[in-house]
Amino acid sequence: MSLTVLTIDDSRTMRDMLMLALQGAGFNVVQAVDGLHGLEVLAESDPQVIITDINMPRMDGFGFIEGVRRSERHRGLPILVLTTESDPAKKDRARQAGATGWIVKPFSPDKLVEAIRRVAA
Amino acid sequence: MDPMEQIKATFFQECQELLADLEAGLMALETGDNDPEIVNAVFRAVHSIKGGAGAFGLEELVSFAHVFETALDEMRAGRLAMSTPAVKLMLRASDMLSDHVSAAQGQTPADEQRSSALMAELAALTQDGSASAAAEPPPAFIAVPSAASPGLDSDEPVPDEIGFVPLRVNLDPPPASGWRICFTPASDLYAKANDVTPLVRELERLGPCAVHLNAEGLPDLDVMDPEAAYLNWTIDLSADCSRDAVQAAFEFVDGDCDLTIEALVPVSQAPPAMDLESVLAQARMPSPPPSDGEIQAIIDQVVPSVQVHMDQTKAGASSVSSDHPQGDAAPDAARSGQPSGPQATIRVDLDRVDRLIDLVGELVINQAMLAQRVAESGFARSSTVMVGLDDLEQLTREIQDSVMAIRAQPVKSVFQRIPRLVREIALSTGKRVRLVTEGEGTEVDKTVIERLSDPITHMIRNAVDHGLETPAERVAAGKPEEGVIRLAALHRSGRIVIEVSDDGKGINRPRVRQIAIDKGLIDPDAQLTDDEIDNLLFLPGFSTASTISNISGRGVGMDVVKRSLQALGGRIAIASTPGQGSTFTMSLPLTLAVLDGMVVTVGDQTLVAPLTSIIETLQPKPSDVRLLGPQSRVLAVRDTYAPLIDVGAVLGWREQAANPAEGVCILVENEAGGRAALLVDTIQGQRQVVIKSLEANFQDVPGIAAATILGDGRVALIIDVDAVIALRGKSPASPTFALAS
Repeated sequence: MSLTVLTIDDSRTMRDMLMLALQGAGFNVVQAVDGLHGLEVLAESDPQVIITDINMPRMDGFGFIEGVRRSERHRGLPILVLTTESDPAKKDRARQAGATGWIVKPFSPDKLVEAIRRVAA
Repeated sequence: MDPMEQIKATFFQECQELLADLEAGLMALETGDNDPEIVNAVFRAVHSIKGGAGAFGLEELVSFAHVFETALDEMRAGRLAMSTPAVKLMLRASDMLSDHVSAAQGQTPADEQRSSALMAELAALTQDGSASAAAEPPPAFIAVPSAASPGLDSDEPVPDEIGFVPLRVNLDPPPASGWRICFTPASDLYAKANDVTPLVRELERLGPCAVHLNAEGLPDLDVMDPEAAYLNWTIDLSADCSRDAVQAAFEFVDGDCDLTIEALVPVSQAPPAMDLESVLAQARMPSPPPSDGEIQAIIDQVVPSVQVHMDQTKAGASSVSSDHPQGDAAPDAARSGQPSGPQATIRVDLDRVDRLIDLVGELVINQAMLAQRVAESGFARSSTVMVGLDDLEQLTREIQDSVMAIRAQPVKSVFQRIPRLVREIALSTGKRVRLVTEGEGTEVDKTVIERLSDPITHMIRNAVDHGLETPAERVAAGKPEEGVIRLAALHRSGRIVIEVSDDGKGINRPRVRQIAIDKGLIDPDAQLTDDEIDNLLFLPGFSTASTISNISGRGVGMDVVKRSLQALGGRIAIASTPGQGSTFTMSLPLTLAVLDGMVVTVGDQTLVAPLTSIIETLQPKPSDVRLLGPQSRVLAVRDTYAPLIDVGAVLGWREQAANPAEGVCILVENEAGGRAALLVDTIQGQRQVVIKSLEANFQDVPGIAAATILGDGRVALIIDVDAVIALRGKSPASPTFALAS
């Protein structure tokens, strides 16, 4: 059975791109538009990997990661954050929050799949 | 469409939304609202535009967005003050960003000079505030080669123009035959869902690995935290790869582990007695797996204690979640509070909606016909058939309203373009302007919205350019330096009303009058009321600006505004008080698909007069009718006179003017506010009719705006009130066109 990936991004463009790349690589995709929505979707679906943006309304990526890591059921899920190269501080901050790894934007589909492979159990 | 192209289209669509958010946010900041969430939203908008632009390789857009984003990030972090000049600069930057987006879409190229100047200003802003590297070049947004092969892309010898490839001399020590990796996870590595298995898997992609587990660090079971990392690994990797490649496999755990990577003894330095074959064979040989006995011993030792700790952990975990309810409670908060997640919307082709509207129109007509037939068959009002028909009518009406609502959109899409316009005009006229918008959520038909854009734009230009005074003039008049332009939308009696008002000098009536006289538009002796003078502005070719500025004077005058509104069934009115300002009020039908009309009979024809232009109906007394020459008649309506127009004669349906005393007069007002009394035979009633275009189905007919189908299946023409008034006195253009009746 193929892996299900939860993608969280407030940008429709980015969500569409993730969907295209992930489905092209044979993954199932569920989507959310911000951290809070991500936690809701997580409660209803069973992804094996999560990819989240950082800057989002209502609840940002950090808040989301912290939320997942506090959840008994989901805290073991690998979480990749989407980040731009220009902010290494964000990487550190994300890691402190409990991120498993990161994907640097803009990403190629190969890079995306590779990052998932590197964190998927 | 190629999926990437489709996503690109989505991106540009999203850009428009983000630009609108950006501008709205900045305007809120400008008015002194310094809610941190607004700054965040503004930052996110620019950040998202940059992110998407990077994905599509739109470098100029990325460069500009990057500098803009850096400044906003500084503001967000509180290192840059939210001062008025800073926000004003950012508003200009948002205009520029919008230009870059248009340029990226292949529209007008962006003004490079302005762009670099703004980038410099933005960079200066951040340098003032902090030593941050705002001016550093934006990141090169090139798809970076995969992390598994860093360092291989840059130092390849490149042929020069004449094709000479420089010889590459490698002075580095010969590559290692492999690497010994000692990996000790930090105690919380697993808490971040990192694991050793994927790491080893990554290394195995580079070459064969001999993995050795060291369990010496395992503490006494009583004190062991089952979630912490105690084990460490030594991995011998046999691969001719760089150290960086090995390091890259540990990218995600860098900082969360102790990692040493040492070269295994390179082949060239191996003892001479050992041949290459045997070295490689040894290096590739996995270390022997632990014996069954060894494994069993470890398991026996660990299992009971792990069980105890597992139970404790479960208990602990549940207490953790109650200690920190935020994570679990948050979704509940979302469910009960703000609307959660994406709005449930679907995108539908406009043609499909229009087809639906068309069909519902047919349904309305059909329902009306059915009702009429049934009524003619002599059913009693209280009969079940009639009651059922009433229900059907109710339902049809509701369906129609709901379908119309699909096409309705908030005027926001037009309004959000205005702030920029105002800023630009204010800048080029040296005026200080504050724009106030109201009723952005007011909904109106999509087509109406699209056609509203130009008239609103023009009226706003006029308001700033002609309406407002310069700051000096305002101060001299005892007003605040900053002028206020108010743009409002509201629903009033089934129409949408758009008001553009300014607190400027008001219409200079003596000057307007003089210009109209100079241009021969009115007679020098004409006695005009204030309203009439104001309405002179709508005459074709009228322009009050002494020089044709590039703002208002583009050959488009208020007459064009008025005509384009009329084409939509709209009206425009002016109210002006000298020294206090002017208000232009446009009113338009909410939809172009249905119309409230008065059904009248003229000769053997049934006509519909738009209710919006009707002031009153009256039964003329013979004494109220005065003759003005052989053709012209006027009707005395209280203390004024209105030209009396026989609709049948004007449309060429009868030669002889009807006797007013035998008919009914409908007092109508045209768009210019002029009144006329339309003489018809009888009034049948009032009803909502579905508009059918005559041009599309037949041809343009003078004096007729459109057609509709009545309940009895007959076609009825909808009167174009303005055109009928204009036709008065002229000989009918097309004397006869009979309709099947």
